[in-house]
Amino acid sequence: MKKFSALLLSSLLLSSGAQAQDSFKLCWSIYVGWMPWAYGAEQGIVKKWADKYGIDIEVVQINDYIESINQYTAGEFDACTMTNMDALTIPAAGGVDSTALIVGDFSNGNDGIVLKGKEQLADIKGQNVNLVELSVSHYLLARALDSVGLSEADVQVVNTSDADLVAAYSTSDVTAVATWNPLLSEISQQPNSTVVFNSAQIPGEIIDLLVINTDTLAAHPELGKALTGAWYDIMATMSSDSEEGVAARSYMAEASGTDLAGYQAQLAATKMFYTPAAALELTNSAQLKQTMQYVAEFSFDHGLLGDGAPDASFIGVQMPAGDYGDSGNVKFRFDPTYMQMAADDQL
Amino acid sequence: MKRLINLTPPPASKLFLGLLPFALLLLLYVVASDARLAENANDKLLPAFSQMGAAIERMALEPSKRTGEYLFWQDTASSLKRLALGVLIAAAIGLALGLFTGALPLVHAGVSPLLTVVSLIPPLAILPVLFILFGLGEASKVILIAIGITPFIARDLQRRTQEIPSEQLVKAQTLGANTSQIMVRVLLPQLMPKLIDAVRLSLGAGWLFLIAAEAIAATDGLGYRIFLVRRYMSMDVILPYVAWITLLAFLFDWLLATLSRRLFPWNAQGAH
Repeated sequence: MKKFSALLLSSLLLSSGAQAQDSFKLCWSIYVGWMPWAYGAEQGIVKKWADKYGIDIEVVQINDYIESINQYTAGEFDACTMTNMDALTIPAAGGVDSTALIVGDFSNGNDGIVLKGKEQLADIKGQNVNLVELSVSHYLLARALDSVGLSEADVQVVNTSDADLVAAYSTSDVTAVATWNPLLSEISQQPNSTVVFNSAQIPGEIIDLLVINTDTLAAHPELGKALTGAWYDIMATMSSDSEEGVAARSYMAEASGTDLAGYQAQLAATKMFYTPAAALELTNSAQLKQTMQYVAEFSFDHGLLGDGAPDASFIGVQMPAGDYGDSGNVKFRFDPTYMQMAADDQL
Repeated sequence: MKRLINLTPPPASKLFLGLLPFALLLLLYVVASDARLAENANDKLLPAFSQMGAAIERMALEPSKRTGEYLFWQDTASSLKRLALGVLIAAAIGLALGLFTGALPLVHAGVSPLLTVVSLIPPLAILPVLFILFGLGEASKVILIAIGITPFIARDLQRRTQEIPSEQLVKAQTLGANTSQIMVRVLLPQLMPKLIDAVRLSLGAGWLFLIAAEAIAATDGLGYRIFLVRRYMSMDVILPYVAWITLLAFLFDWLLATLSRRLFPWNAQGAH
């Protein structure tokens, strides 16, 4: 018992905090904008860059998106792929100082709201809306309702697991859903269905990031360099029209369970930042500050910032355009340093 | 004889030995939680007991900012309603099926093979089918619980009916009882305590199906809340909810056992 408890205790304790050796772990989950990590790991691009900086990077796929963020927050991983909203509400709200190392893309139609039998967003009033509660879909709904002068009190949100959303949509009592691709395209293709609002109407607000533990990054800048270098290396291949580029996209399509055409369709609804310059433009913009304010206010209204949060600006977000919220409690940072190095060819 | 096999703890230390593992687990938790919180005061993985208390106070004693409901009690009431309905339906159908298939060989021949096959279908595997047939509302959650535990109760009661000595049935017939009188006056009273036993055993599975159904589509419920706050790793809500579910499950088991002893004292005596 003693030995067992000592073992359990040490494993509970060890899993927190930054690790001191130069071996690191990155987690990712299936999503159009994160498939490049699968390709980079498979093709040895990540290893090539890790070797260049004399470190070791393990790339791990996690099948459950939220579980991957929870694992990162618990300290099992040094870096993980997630959206700006989830980065604020899970690790940052959990006191894990996190940095957006790479701004990969933003959803430009990949998330949407579908109505059955109605064609106007305003018709959503009074309906049950099935969605994954507290996800970016929920945020999208809040922003959509806002745009037509409605509020969440005008609809009834029903938490529905993403795995069951497509099956649920085929039943008669589900008339409105908010979801993301590939579920969105599956659902919107059903008869009598209209996408009444999508993320292209709030461009640059649902951002997909590679988030890294700030302390780890400060202690090991070579990890930031290796990851950023590998990412834009993959981006260069992925965006090219060459045979290699098609092969890369085909690989990503297959790894995400679709075909090349399906993957290209998802890419079309995603604003990928293939060059560091494009990513820097959003990162450095004043719009990002506005976006993070929307996200923080939504998160606070839904209790996502924790019970210690007196208002939406409780958690500080550091951005090149200036801080949002409490500068004394900065837990989430957009750091353009490494993307700038990539843009300047200094990696 | 001083052998380990002959050593029994005196009553006082028996209680102590029983409580020891609980105390050790609590201690282990407190130490690990303190260690993590010392490093990061906002850590969500192992919240302190004070944080869990604050979370439950917020959910049970303060009306929700968004809906004005007391979330904790609302969740509890919704879940218990679903569980109670599902279990009642399962108990009623299970009793009828068990009695008829156990008592009447003709019904047994016709229904029993089907019952056996149906009992082998994992209910969670047909959940998508239930959604399409019954929608995402209350009906499909109650039906999932009922489908999940009815076959178990029915098969158990069928076996219990068949175990009743045939001498009793012969005797009742020599006294002039017809089939329905035998079923109602001889078999049914003896089955009732067995039904309570079967329900007690299937409550665990009932909770499982309840939480699985609420995790998939719901607007309230204990399982719903756990899966919802999992999205932002709110262990300060999840852990008290788990403890509350455990306590409720324990209370139901105890209530049913007491009920069985009170209503059917002859059965309890026979069991000893």
